[in-house]
Amino acid sequence: MDASNARTARPLHYSAARERAAAFFGRHAIRVIGALAVVYLLLPIAVVVLMSLNDPAGRYNFTFNAFTLDNWANMCGPYGLCESVLLSLQIALAAAAAATVIGVLAAYALTRFDFAGRATANVLVLLPMTMPEVVLGASLLTLYVNAGIPLGPVAILLAHIMFCISFVIIVVKARLAMLDSRLLEAATDLYANPWRAFRRVTLPLAAPGILAGAVLAFALSFDDFIITNFNSGSAMTFPMYVWGAAKRGVPPQVNVVATLIFLVVMSLAVTMSIVTTVRARRAR
Amino acid sequence: MTSATTAGRRRWAPYLLLAPMVVWLLAFFLSPLVTLVMGSLQSGSFQEGFVFTFEVANYVHVVTTYWPWFLRSVAFAAIATVCALLIAYPLAYMIVFKSGRWKYLLLVLVVAPLFASFLVRTLAWTTILADQGVVVGALRTVGLLGPDQWLLATPVSVIAGLTYNFLPFMALPIFVSLDRIDRRLIEAAGDLYASGFRAFRRVTLPLSLPGIAAGTLLVFIPAAGDFVNAQLLGSVDTQMIGNVIDSQYLRALDYPTASAISVTLIVLIIGLVALSLRRARTDELF
Repeated sequence: MDASNARTARPLHYSAARERAAAFFGRHAIRVIGALAVVYLLLPIAVVVLMSLNDPAGRYNFTFNAFTLDNWANMCGPYGLCESVLLSLQIALAAAAAATVIGVLAAYALTRFDFAGRATANVLVLLPMTMPEVVLGASLLTLYVNAGIPLGPVAILLAHIMFCISFVIIVVKARLAMLDSRLLEAATDLYANPWRAFRRVTLPLAAPGILAGAVLAFALSFDDFIITNFNSGSAMTFPMYVWGAAKRGVPPQVNVVATLIFLVVMSLAVTMSIVTTVRARRAR
Repeated sequence: MTSATTAGRRRWAPYLLLAPMVVWLLAFFLSPLVTLVMGSLQSGSFQEGFVFTFEVANYVHVVTTYWPWFLRSVAFAAIATVCALLIAYPLAYMIVFKSGRWKYLLLVLVVAPLFASFLVRTLAWTTILADQGVVVGALRTVGLLGPDQWLLATPVSVIAGLTYNFLPFMALPIFVSLDRIDRRLIEAAGDLYASGFRAFRRVTLPLSLPGIAAGTLLVFIPAAGDFVNAQLLGSVDTQMIGNVIDSQYLRALDYPTASAISVTLIVLIIGLVALSLRRARTDELF
């Protein structure tokens, strides 16, 4: 199967013990390390879910005290929590929609056309991702203050669309690059005009990539704290709520919201990965 | 429709398609950077207004006052990047070469933390590393921590948080570069009597260098600018430069100083990234 089979025929001077040790490491250690890494990645998520079922002893929801379902039943109990979730949902939906439209157009241009300035455009797309978020947020604050744009939901939305565009373009470009260009040529040969070829051939084939880009943009926008922190004014998104609450003790309902969002996005991602796996197997 | 107009349309089409993206990034990415640099050269106060006076002294003030925070940010980010690499590489290797049909599911698990709110999952570490918690208890039993020592509010917890939060950004590019490797190259190394380790060192590792380089950038850059982990898991003594930028803009309202710190951070990061990429001699890989 893997390299271990190829290793059976080997010069005699090769130490058998070392060989066996190396084979053991190759076969098992990497799996053990990998499994530990997965545990490390998932442990905090398990804690988030666990603490959503906690009845905290004091103001701080840090240690597990007693099991309760009250937090789930009374999700909107803490003042302003559900309003903040609603605002975050609105911003994330709008940001994902706008970034997806802008991003798909750009990704299409960058993969299907050869033109002067394409390399520059590719670099421009990557630039926002090479800046620390704190700098993006701070620089936007200086722009808003100078241009007299009031801080708040609109300022947040403009910023979120900006950083989501790059991610959408990268995801969609990867998908478009995988497409067989002969399909498009076939459409053109059959007298489809460019728009019709785009709508009837490219768009359906690129749909999984576009969907993935949109989901990614939604998740990034919903979860953004650092940039929002500089542009929110008095607007309270969900991450801003958590940040404020962290100083006086986060109510367990925050963990309920985080768990719910995690489950929704996760089931979307698992569905997509199953579809990918099934398709890959079928293609084989 | 004549062919001339089709060709003309064809020539302008990519620019029209790109226009919204370019306009948006010009307006909300590049022009803010310009106002940031301009702002860093202003003087005045928030109440009386800031004036552009080409105040280079702001930078002198920033570097002489805040160099410990810059140093700490770079050190924390560098350690977190190395830790992330040490965890992510075996993980990505396992997923690509040892996981069989679980590959895509494991890949989803790797990005799963990104779906749990950044702030909430960082706060979860305060539960895990709490003084009465399992981790501190175990470390005390083993003797790695004294009875009056703890993890929270120390550099250890801040670096652990940074490593954790940006780990998927290290694992994903390494996964992609490992997944792209033609398996026959590794088999060929085995056929030529390379041991498993030697084949890894001479074939797999060099071919995965672009993934390591990309992952290093994707972890180091956000980690160096982060202030969430230092705020939630650290103490006053573990504050990073991001904390200073945050408090100077939003509490001290000292925009020129805060802008000068931000510009210095960008320059510092670009410098370090350029230097390390040249050192690692990975530039020919891009």
